[in-house]
Amino acid sequence: MGLPVVHACSIVPISKTVGANRIVPTIAIPHPFGDPDLARQEEIQLRKELVKKVLRALMSPIEEQTVF
Amino acid sequence: MTVKVIHYLNQFFGEIGGEEKADLAPVLLQGARGPGKLLERLFPDLEIVATIVAGDNYLAKHTGKAVKEILSALTPYFEKEAVEMPQLFLAGPAFNAGRYGLACGAVCKAVQEHFDCSVLTSMFQDNPAVQEYRHDVLICLAGEDVTSMEESLRRMWGLAVKLLKGEEILPGDDQYIPQGRRRNFFHSRTGAQRAVSMLLKKIAGEPYKTEYEMPVFDRVAPAPAVPDMSRAKLGLVTSGGIVPRGNPDRIAAANAQRFGTYSLKGLLTLTSETHQTVHGGYDPTFAMEDPNRVLPLDMIRKLEAEGDIGCLHEAYYATVGNATSVANARNFGKTIAQELLAAGVEAVLLTST
Repeated sequence: MGLPVVHACSIVPISKTVGANRIVPTIAIPHPFGDPDLARQEEIQLRKELVKKVLRALMSPIEEQTVF
Repeated sequence: MTVKVIHYLNQFFGEIGGEEKADLAPVLLQGARGPGKLLERLFPDLEIVATIVAGDNYLAKHTGKAVKEILSALTPYFEKEAVEMPQLFLAGPAFNAGRYGLACGAVCKAVQEHFDCSVLTSMFQDNPAVQEYRHDVLICLAGEDVTSMEESLRRMWGLAVKLLKGEEILPGDDQYIPQGRRRNFFHSRTGAQRAVSMLLKKIAGEPYKTEYEMPVFDRVAPAPAVPDMSRAKLGLVTSGGIVPRGNPDRIAAANAQRFGTYSLKGLLTLTSETHQTVHGGYDPTFAMEDPNRVLPLDMIRKLEAEGDIGCLHEAYYATVGNATSVANARNFGKTIAQELLAAGVEAVLLTST
C-alpha cells in the first residue's frame, strides 16, 4: 500500500532522480512556498494555491512519477 | 591443497523441499548439497565439509534467532585445529530470489563478524538484498535465475580464490557488487588531463568511461491516492531545516546526522520568533523572515479550519537536506514513515529547498 507523499520542491529534476512519485514544483529554492517580491496578501494567495495543488496531488491516482 | 568450505543454501537448493519446507529451522548437513556438488565437480581443489540449510521463511521471520542457531552450529568447525578449519564460507547463489538473498546477506554478515574466514555470496544485481547488504558483504554477480548456475558458480569461485590468496580485487574486473570503498593510488595522468580527454571523447561521440559512477536510486511504486483530503490526517516533513528557535536537537547545517520531531500542538503559524532555518545550503534570509515560506503551516491550518484538510498530525519532522548522505536520508525516512503510520497519518507533504 504505502503512504502517499507529495514532494514539493523547486528543482524538479532532482526530485525525479531520487524517485519521488508525486511532485509539486514550487517557487524558488530559498522560498518554495512564498515570494518575498510580492505584497503580503498576494504572497499568501500564492501559498494557498500551492497548498491546494498539493492536496489535489494527494487525491490524484497515478501510475508513474507525475509532476503536477 | 584442498580448500575447506562451508556452504549456506535454502531448503530448495539444499535438496530438502519446496515452498512447503520454507519454515525449516537451520540444519547442518555433512558434505555438499545441490550447487555445492556442482562446485566440487567443477573445482576439484575445494571440499565442501558441511552445508547449512534453512527455510526462506524461517530466516525472514526469525532472522536474529536463525542467525544465532547457524552460528552455534558452525562454532565446532572453527574450534578445530588450523589445518582442519574451514577457510571459506559461501552462500547461494541466490539469483533474483528476494527472501533467499536477504537470508544469504544476513548469514554472511554474521559469519564474517564471528569467524575468521573469507565470506562470499552471489546474487543478481537487482536482488533486493543487494542494497541491504552490499556495504557489509562481498556479493559476487549472479545471473537472474538458476539457468545461470554454472556461470555464477565459476565467477564466485574465481573471486573466492583471489580472496584466499589475498590478491587485490576490483568490482569491474572480478564482477562483484561495488561496496562503496575508496582506494588511493597514483595515476600517471592528472585529473585535469583525464577529464579533458573524457570530454573530447564525449564530443566526438566515442565511448568513454566515467571515473565516478552516479548513484542509482531505488524506485517505489506510487502509493494510492487519498480518497478525500477533507477527511484525512496530514503529516508534514521538511528537508529545509525549519526547526524551533535555538535548534534544540543541534541538527547540522550540512551532512545532517539526525532529524527532529517538533510539536505543532496549538500552533497556527511559524514566525521568526518561534522558528528558524538551520539549513546551510541556501540563503536563509526569506525563511528566517517567514518560516511558512518553507513549511507552509499557516496555510495548512487555514485549510484545515476551512475543511479542506481533515486534521494535521500533532508533530512535524525536520532535517537538513544539504549534502546529507543517502544512507542517512534513507534511515530518517524509514523512521519518520513508521511514526507517521503509527499515528494514523494518511498523507504527507514533504517540502524541500
